[in-house]
Amino acid sequence: MVHALIDGVLTGSVYALMATGLTLIFGVMEIINVAQGIFVILGAYLSYYLQLHFGIDLFAGLLITIPTMFVVGIVVQRLFLARLKGPEKTAMSILVTYAISLVIEGILNIAFTVNNVQLNTSYTNKSFQVFGVYIPYIYFMGFLLAIVLLSGLYYMLYRTRFGASIRASLADQSAAALVGIDVKKVSTICFGIGIAVTAAGGMVFGATNAFNASTSYDLISRLLTIIVLGGMGSLAGALVAGIAMVTLEDLVGAIWSPVWSTMAFFVVLVVVLSFRPQGLFGQQSARAA
Amino acid sequence: MKKNRFAFRSVGAASVAAATMLAMMSASSATPKPHFTGAPIKIGISLSLSGDFSADGLAFQQGYQLWAKDINAAGGLLGRKVVLDIKSDASSPVQVVTNYKTLISVDHCDLTFGPYSTLLTLPSAEAVQRYGYAMIEGAGGGPSIFQAKLPNIFDVTLPVSYDMAPFAKWVSALPTATRPKSIYYVTSNDPFTQPVVDTAKKLIGSSIKSVGYTVFPSEATDWRSIADQVAQAKADAVVLGSVDVPTISAFMQAFEQAHYTPKVMIATAGPDQGSSFIKAVGAGNADGIMVPNTWYGLSANPLSQKMVAEYVKQYGGTAAGVNADIAEAYTVGETAAAAVNATKSIDNAKIIKWLHSGAVTNTVEGTVSFDKIGENLTQIAYTFQWQKKGTTFVQVNPVGNKNSVAVELPKNAWGK
Repeated sequence: MVHALIDGVLTGSVYALMATGLTLIFGVMEIINVAQGIFVILGAYLSYYLQLHFGIDLFAGLLITIPTMFVVGIVVQRLFLARLKGPEKTAMSILVTYAISLVIEGILNIAFTVNNVQLNTSYTNKSFQVFGVYIPYIYFMGFLLAIVLLSGLYYMLYRTRFGASIRASLADQSAAALVGIDVKKVSTICFGIGIAVTAAGGMVFGATNAFNASTSYDLISRLLTIIVLGGMGSLAGALVAGIAMVTLEDLVGAIWSPVWSTMAFFVVLVVVLSFRPQGLFGQQSARAA
Repeated sequence: MKKNRFAFRSVGAASVAAATMLAMMSASSATPKPHFTGAPIKIGISLSLSGDFSADGLAFQQGYQLWAKDINAAGGLLGRKVVLDIKSDASSPVQVVTNYKTLISVDHCDLTFGPYSTLLTLPSAEAVQRYGYAMIEGAGGGPSIFQAKLPNIFDVTLPVSYDMAPFAKWVSALPTATRPKSIYYVTSNDPFTQPVVDTAKKLIGSSIKSVGYTVFPSEATDWRSIADQVAQAKADAVVLGSVDVPTISAFMQAFEQAHYTPKVMIATAGPDQGSSFIKAVGAGNADGIMVPNTWYGLSANPLSQKMVAEYVKQYGGTAAGVNADIAEAYTVGETAAAAVNATKSIDNAKIIKWLHSGAVTNTVEGTVSFDKIGENLTQIAYTFQWQKKGTTFVQVNPVGNKNSVAVELPKNAWGK
């Protein structure tokens, strides 16, 4: 049970990191980015490529992959998503980002084939012991990375001028524009940030799971579930829901049976949404925080 | 942008020129093309070209295409060219049914071949049965397929339940000194996987003390916690019902992180994926891992050797690395060809009747002959093991089989 609890917290934080981008993008742009899963996998493949061809360490490689994914996000937003307007914007965004996802999946299949790969280094399979419990380095480092990046995002949102612009856009885009905030620019940068964090999430995911392009389908369903539970648009919600989801699944698996672990999470999701349709930290809370 | 368009035009023009030259060269040097009579025979197939089963789906596509190429080079079926009509089902049991309905009622395919996995084969077979079509397939061997007792289904591969029988027999018969003292069974509830582990558990029985039996959902994407439970039991042997490389890779990583190395480890799927498996887990870790299968690329069967040589020539790689999916798909084609040639017809009713007649077909996978419910019980299962630090993949049982080598026992520590 202690194992399950530790596993849940460590793994859940990485899911939270991946979901953060998704919730940020929805919060600011009201875009449901179903391509987030494939962006995570793209991030994993970038780390894989750098390691395979240039021998660059997975964590050091983030100095390259995070900015690269930021640029990818900016380009995608400018080319395909900036044009979405009007009341159908959110619904249309699902179709557009799904199309983007399919295109990236196809490109990855051609570039890397459908064979599964995994990011392997000297430390990915190693662990250290704390009170009789083995803690894998990669999960622990992934947890620390998630904390650092989420803290950075939090600082940016709540302690910087740009963060204030984002929060204003989150609250009311028209009002933000009226006070001189360039909402278009904020949206573009937010999308870039949302995609940039997938580089980190993808690297840790790729170091703990074998993957190919189609792995993104499994990921996106989990990520969407996390942000629905946490409250769409809420960073804190993504963190709490990510950790809660994986921990709950692991505990149910350990105490009862893994067969019921997924169902247990969805039961909790249904119960929470019955009383709080906006999720645990719904938009109101996020805006007020 | 203009520059890019120019570049695309240049590349396009060069490609057309190159293709024309190649076509002219091949026209002048290739062997004479077979002369076909009548309209082509269209074979409808739904495959998982994306989604969870895409790796296997794409391998199946290669197998089917290789067979079609060979049969057409040999004059086709009944003198008619064979054309494959392949649609992607994205690994969806719903889409696969839509695809087969379209293939039959809209595309007017003459025959249908199976999709990938038991999960997709069962609804597909039920759908095509309504049109009176035979469903010859190679990857739907779970018990649910045969429990349905459909008259039109024919699985060319040995039913999966029997896959681990040689392993179970071998491990149970080991001398007491070397036989594992404890065993843990952990499996996905996938219909293609759980029956294999359950049958192995039944066959091994009390000869090895079972210290755990855990079933996890097939939709699981995070196996670490489950793997930790297994590692804590410290069993001498682990029988894992894995559905793909990511599943076994996650278990192996968690075992190593928990400083636990089972003496014997066998998994239902993943280790048979050749280089894909090695790339994911590393050659050192692969050493000693076993997997059941009914075929492998170094099979001594002459038909198999011919197909493998053609495959390697066309797609590259090594004989040992050829995926078993290729052989399963190819065997489907060989079986269908035998039925069409024997009945001199593409009438599905006649084909179904002939396939139920007990006739035996020699294929790349060995003999194929069906019982009343479409099982092919004439094949035998093998167990394979990665040996020599994960550099070679060899057949280790059935014990006594001329191609079996000694099992590497116990498994080396991870990464050694």
